[in-house]
Amino acid sequence: MTKRIVITGMGWITPLGHDLETVWSALLSGASGVDRTTHFEAETFPTNFSAQVKDYDYTQYVDDPTLHEGVSPNTRFALGAARQAWRMAGLDGFEKLDPARLGIYLGAGEGSPDFDNFVASNLAGWDDEAGSVDGKKWAAHAMQALTPIGEIGQEPNMPLAHLAMAFGAEGPAYNCLTACAASTQAIGEASEILRYGDADVMITGGTHSMIHPLGVTGFNRLTALSNRNDTPQTASRPFSADREGFVMGEGAGILILETLEHAQARGATPLAEIAGYGSTADAYRITDIHPEGRGGAAAMRQAIEKAGVSNDDIDYISAHGTGTKENDSIETKAIKAVFCQDDDTSKAPPVSSVKSMLGHLIAAAGACEAIVCALAIRDGKLPPTINYQTPDPALDLDYIPNASRDAKVDVCLSNSFGFGGQNDTLIIKRV
Amino acid sequence: MKSEVLITGIGPVCGLGLGIDEVWPKLVAGETAIAPMRAFDASGFDCGLASEVSEDFKIRNFVPKRYRKATKVMARDIELAVAAADLAAKDAGLDTAANSDASTSYPAQQVGCHIGAGHIAAEVNELTEALASSRKDDGSFDIQNWGGEGMTKLTPLWLLKYLPNMLACHVTIAHDLQGPSNTITCAEASGGLSMGESLRVIQRQQANACFCGGAESNLNPVCYIRQVYTGRVLTHNDNPESAVRPFDKQAGGMVVGEGGGILILESAESFAQRGGSNAYAKVSGFGSSQSINKAKGALEPAATGRGPMLAIQSALRDAQLQANDIDAVIATGIGHAAWDTADANALRAVFGDHLGSVPVLSTKASIGNCAAGANAIDLAIAAKALREQQWPKIINRDEPIDGLGVTQPSKLERVLVFTTGLGGQNTAAVLEKTI
Repeated sequence: MTKRIVITGMGWITPLGHDLETVWSALLSGASGVDRTTHFEAETFPTNFSAQVKDYDYTQYVDDPTLHEGVSPNTRFALGAARQAWRMAGLDGFEKLDPARLGIYLGAGEGSPDFDNFVASNLAGWDDEAGSVDGKKWAAHAMQALTPIGEIGQEPNMPLAHLAMAFGAEGPAYNCLTACAASTQAIGEASEILRYGDADVMITGGTHSMIHPLGVTGFNRLTALSNRNDTPQTASRPFSADREGFVMGEGAGILILETLEHAQARGATPLAEIAGYGSTADAYRITDIHPEGRGGAAAMRQAIEKAGVSNDDIDYISAHGTGTKENDSIETKAIKAVFCQDDDTSKAPPVSSVKSMLGHLIAAAGACEAIVCALAIRDGKLPPTINYQTPDPALDLDYIPNASRDAKVDVCLSNSFGFGGQNDTLIIKRV
Repeated sequence: MKSEVLITGIGPVCGLGLGIDEVWPKLVAGETAIAPMRAFDASGFDCGLASEVSEDFKIRNFVPKRYRKATKVMARDIELAVAAADLAAKDAGLDTAANSDASTSYPAQQVGCHIGAGHIAAEVNELTEALASSRKDDGSFDIQNWGGEGMTKLTPLWLLKYLPNMLACHVTIAHDLQGPSNTITCAEASGGLSMGESLRVIQRQQANACFCGGAESNLNPVCYIRQVYTGRVLTHNDNPESAVRPFDKQAGGMVVGEGGGILILESAESFAQRGGSNAYAKVSGFGSSQSINKAKGALEPAATGRGPMLAIQSALRDAQLQANDIDAVIATGIGHAAWDTADANALRAVFGDHLGSVPVLSTKASIGNCAAGANAIDLAIAAKALREQQWPKIINRDEPIDGLGVTQPSKLERVLVFTTGLGGQNTAAVLEKTI
């Protein structure tokens, strides 16, 4: 008998706010979290805007701030989101949890580099004539300029380490980093650990910020970002014909998962069920998605099958929907391959991308989108794809353009596709 | 009913050699690859020793012709994983799109790939050459110039060389593996956690086989300083061959290594169906846990060894075995007193008096700390030991710490492999002889 895995707590720190209901209301009202980038001097960058987390102070979410001094933004976001989820799950002050049965599975991105000091060290080591960095000079500068917490804090397992200290989690502990698919994958794998019986409660989700000079440089060089510097709020336009790249976001989404049995035994309220999870690889190219979206389609089919639901049961698809030319057209093809026999688009459920409002939280995106699915089920409301002004003739699904809507929502499907071809899908269901 | 899962192929790539046939005899002979570092001038650091993969290593020799162009966008870590995967597949006699023009052993959708990785640093010369083009007259960095022109000096695919999931992505593309795939980034625990995930995927029948393990190279200034800052690295360059002394009272610190290990895991049924025989070992149990050491901010395991102890206990429970059933151990053993103490206390708690008769090997004395590759290489070594019925030589342990004397196993039926890692994740697995 397969165990049922439920969500009992959720929290997020996002560009649209720092608590569950504020952000959810903003998403339903079609607000944009995008604005001019202020984390660094970005004026001359091809993309000078992003969806930044604003006015956030992590210290109010932790018992002992000295434990987390100097940590990277990703760890700070995770601490706040996790504390919200923990409280919502009724775990604050809950004494009966065996620490060895409390696990963590995050899909966290790496921490942000100490850019100014890092660049200064590189330049101090640079030998113009040799055309290379002199290791000795580099070390001499770096050992003065770079700090241990700043450097080690970039390791992608640091948010995990800090959550473990904050919540006393000694059970199974993982961080995965499958690029933009990471936190969807983390939630899927966390549910499998609970099903297998290696833990009673799992803290899961993701956190990430790539809004720093090297992160933006990397994506600008790939020409993956929107360049609409004049109109940042309308730049993220998934599924529109005039979409031309994604908008970088940052933040964290954290969920508490447990078996239904465990939740009921301690009197916790199950918010939604993680009913199915699919993971595949495109095995195509590191630079491109498979043109037919074979990996994405296979992940959706796998998740649907594991959830024991049929295509007709699915009421909403939370798309990966990044707003790049390639992703949105191939994701549409993949959805149609799974849902639309004989090209009958009426068979596909409505699809939207909250990346139109939150930007792309990279490793953390999937966790926030899983939370969106659980809230959609709770309230019977579907969030919109904003900035959808120009339909693309080839993209002919219902993308919930510009305005949220009321709907019967019992089962949701959430897609996340990582750069390089790792694809993950979750089925989230009413309990 | 859980499927029985076998290790059918192994591909270690490390300072001792490329592939198990090169590595194994040297380990048995007690050789070490630790020597002054060639990768960069590390004389600005107290320790410039390393265990490095051979200068003769050429990634082109480990990819199919159609995929050679892709080697241009592979960071060193990726190269190590891709080479290890190629060696492991061949070692398992597994036909994939990379090594067979004809049919493959399994449909692509039935093979998964879980490869652990570290936080890969951008190649410092490549990045700095570009940064240097954006200097002001006083030599300082001009971010406005960088945003406008400077960054265009970087190749468009620059970012893709350094994403940690590219280890698995390149392997899935080269071999055409379309099953479940993940990238675990938990420092030294990455390899074992990835193996554990492959194990569970096969047990729940989502794949017939998986490639799993990990790889990392920290032999560049940017990654190296991070290791130095953990406070674990040796602080001298004396006597490279005896410098790393796991579980020895004179242990002074670790040496950074580079390496990767990929294992091929297959369900016993699938392996038999494709005509396979003589697997290395069966994976009997797996466990993971987290250490909490607030005083050290997760940068060192607590001296009690409670973290690794929990992982070991969990693996034994999963295998339905007792500590007395274990004949030999491969431990973290980085050769630093605090870390080795945590290992030793975990082992004492689990094994009690039985510990005295169980040899506890650390490969770090021979190949340094290969980070995300370390535990995967250890799993490969344990599998080989079970097949060969032979235990590698324990070196550099003239004054063993209590209970970790140099012994030989009385029999070799079951080996425990565990590690604790930077950040506190622990993983343990029990491997069992198959024949």
